[in-house]
Amino acid sequence: MTAQLAATVTLNGLTLAALYFLVASGFSLIFGLMRTVNMAHGTLFLVGAYGGYAVFGPLYDQDVAWAWYAGLFAGLVAAAIAGVALQVALLGWMQGQELRQALVTIGVSIVAADQLLAQFGGLAVQFFPPDALFGATALPLVGNYPTFRLLQIGFALAVGIGLWLLLQRTRIGLMIRAGVDDRGMLGGLGVNVPLVNLAVFALGAALAGLAGVIGGSAQPFGPGADVRFLLSSLVVVIVGGMGSIPGTALGALLVGMAEQWGQAVAPVYSIILTFAIMVAVLAVRPQGLLGRPA
Amino acid sequence: MIARAATVAAFVLLAAAPLLLPPFWLTNIVDRALVYGTIVLSLTFLASAGGFVSLAQMMVAGVAGYAVAILAPVAAPLGFGWPYAAAIPAALVLATLAGLLVGAIAVRSQGIYLLMITLALAMGVTLFVQATTTLFNGYEGIRGVVGPALFGRPFRDPLVFHIAALAVAGGCYLLVLWLLETPFGLAVQGLRDSPRRLASLGYRNAWHRIAAFGVAGFIAGCGGVLATFYNIGISPGSIGIGATINVLIMAVIGGLGHPVGAFIGAALFVLLDTFAADLYDRDRFNTLVGLVFLGIVVVSPDGVLGLLARAGRLLRPPARHAATTP
Repeated sequence: MTAQLAATVTLNGLTLAALYFLVASGFSLIFGLMRTVNMAHGTLFLVGAYGGYAVFGPLYDQDVAWAWYAGLFAGLVAAAIAGVALQVALLGWMQGQELRQALVTIGVSIVAADQLLAQFGGLAVQFFPPDALFGATALPLVGNYPTFRLLQIGFALAVGIGLWLLLQRTRIGLMIRAGVDDRGMLGGLGVNVPLVNLAVFALGAALAGLAGVIGGSAQPFGPGADVRFLLSSLVVVIVGGMGSIPGTALGALLVGMAEQWGQAVAPVYSIILTFAIMVAVLAVRPQGLLGRPA
Repeated sequence: MIARAATVAAFVLLAAAPLLLPPFWLTNIVDRALVYGTIVLSLTFLASAGGFVSLAQMMVAGVAGYAVAILAPVAAPLGFGWPYAAAIPAALVLATLAGLLVGAIAVRSQGIYLLMITLALAMGVTLFVQATTTLFNGYEGIRGVVGPALFGRPFRDPLVFHIAALAVAGGCYLLVLWLLETPFGLAVQGLRDSPRRLASLGYRNAWHRIAAFGVAGFIAGCGGVLATFYNIGISPGSIGIGATINVLIMAVIGGLGHPVGAFIGAALFVLLDTFAADLYDRDRFNTLVGLVFLGIVVVSPDGVLGLLARAGRLLRPPARHAATTP
């Protein structure tokens, strides 16, 4: 393997890890505060992607320059609204019944996937980002590399830093962290916990929607993307530690690298490698690498 | 007492089904419910006895299905050509081992963690099978697994298949009922109710957990072999995410509280699957089944069984001496 190929594979792993982090961070955030395992998180990804595409498509056909940005915003909002609806209609009033919530979200994802299929059809579609983001950038060692993939890393860094600032430096972040430690006490101090829950759910869902548009611009998406990204979110947070944002970043990095390097070295067994990492982590640290003991 | 009479009556009715029902109902409804009910039973056993909701049971059934398809005399790319008398026991042993392995991997995980880990394991195996063309024939899967001839007639004969399916499903059901009464079964129920107390009594919790997953693996394997003969083959699609979720749906619709829920859920699901096209838009079957599942989880988390039990309590005449309590 040449140095150039090794560098390219590593960069591919990094960009994939960035996308995984974008999806899984919302999943982990929601779990961290509410102990809700949102099995419909992949569905929120798909809702964001299709919601964005519904706005992007017509604008792009008319050659509007800001079509992609409008799509990005629409995807974010669509997923956030879907997440809020899910929390208000179903999950909020069964707070604490973790298994029931997981089953409910599975039911929601079945219905939503089928309705999205009916609405948008089974063919894969793709966003086309503006020309400034779409070309190739010359990098040392790697050569020409798609600019948008590099941007993906930028988005992940921005989201990671933004979440850290939000959680560590703001009042709402203080409430969320307090809620993670002791929900009852937080309520007792006069904080409207259901409202904080709703805000966190909207934020987590919006992150899934953001990932939907970003992921849908990097490569085509269609039915089945929901399952794929739910699964990758699960593996990422199991490896990294449920509810921990730094853990999610570490998990995404490990899984993304393992997938790309696995595919480069031994294509058939690359899937095994990802799951071998998960099993190894579970055997040593069931709560994940950076997770706290349950 | 009533439960035992009902069990016997159900067995008699099912045994007489070939005389009572038209061939379509026998093969496409009753036998399909028995076959998938056996796979669901392995999940219901884990959930009702130990409180373990595992999503890996369809995958474990698939291990048995793939084993029998590869080992048995079929035109598989790498067919071993073993006789069915050797291939089926080998498949069951492999499924039991797969069950033990799942149990060992997830031994320190509870509740939703267990759900996520078993789902990830199931999907990992499915993707691996799909990517491996040499042994598993990749996406296409293995076709033409017809099963052994019994009583001089092919396994596909509706009567032969019905007898075999009823024997396997009934045997597994009785095995679960019997196990729940044994010291092992009681220990597994102790794992559900109070693992700490069980450990302090000197039980080895981890080994009991893994053994329970092994038993469930065996039962799922029985169902998996039957399902492979029923479908005349196996492919990644028949063990993938859709099939995995269907097993969960059947288990939850029926009710996770008692083993019989597995067969009730499978029967309801099969009826829905068969007649949904007449009830509702043919292409939107998943919406219908998803809504039914959602409705059950929201209204009655313990499934149809729980609904029946609650209705039964409400319809019972009020206790006569209730007024005497202060």
